[in-house]
Amino acid sequence: MLKIIITSIFVQDQDKALEFYTKTLGFVKKHDVPSGAYRWITLISPDEEGSIELLLEPNEHPAAKDYQEKLFADGIPVTMFGVADIDKEYERLVEKDVKFTMKPTKMGAVTIAVFLTIHVATLFKSYSSNFMFNPNKFLR
Amino acid sequence: MDWNKDIIFKALGDSTRRIILDELSERNELTLYELTARLVMKYNLAISRQAIAKHLNTLEDAGLIISKRKGKYRVLMFNKEPLRNLLKGWLD
Repeated sequence: MLKIIITSIFVQDQDKALEFYTKTLGFVKKHDVPSGAYRWITLISPDEEGSIELLLEPNEHPAAKDYQEKLFADGIPVTMFGVADIDKEYERLVEKDVKFTMKPTKMGAVTIAVFLTIHVATLFKSYSSNFMFNPNKFLR
Repeated sequence: MDWNKDIIFKALGDSTRRIILDELSERNELTLYELTARLVMKYNLAISRQAIAKHLNTLEDAGLIISKRKGKYRVLMFNKEPLRNLLKGWLD
């Protein structure tokens, strides 16, 4: 049986993305090894050693940039994170200057919010919006 | 500005489009994603992205919504101006 071990997110600049995903969002680096012109960088949630890893994948291919920009324009999230207390996490991220296109909003059984991860490079910008939801409310 | 009443009444003559206006008037600005999420999750509408885009075009043609670029993303806003004088002659 195959297992889901990694999910990936396209990034413009791996260094800036790594800083944002660790320092701002609070994930922990698991792997960081050279891979061709780029690096194989994965992250996990703190205290979850065996969990699925998040790969910071270079958006080198033009189609990857196109995909990011078009989803971004309509505010469509590219990935999803769960958190126990969404309001508290929202406050924490806003204080760290994270921009939200959607504040925590109750949608039936779930509460969801959408925030942006913007990595500014010299010439290009890369965008992705992330989805955060409250799994407790989801399960209830 | 002179608004076309036929187009406005036609735009208002659909419950999904009125829900869209309810949501936009309540929140001022919504991304297409948030609006879609609200229609699907809050109102349990089985509606496709294409269908929503079509409704938005109808509302935009009537001048009832405006879409604005905000940096690299786009937000939808409610515009109540076309409604101001819509029923004037009858209500005065």
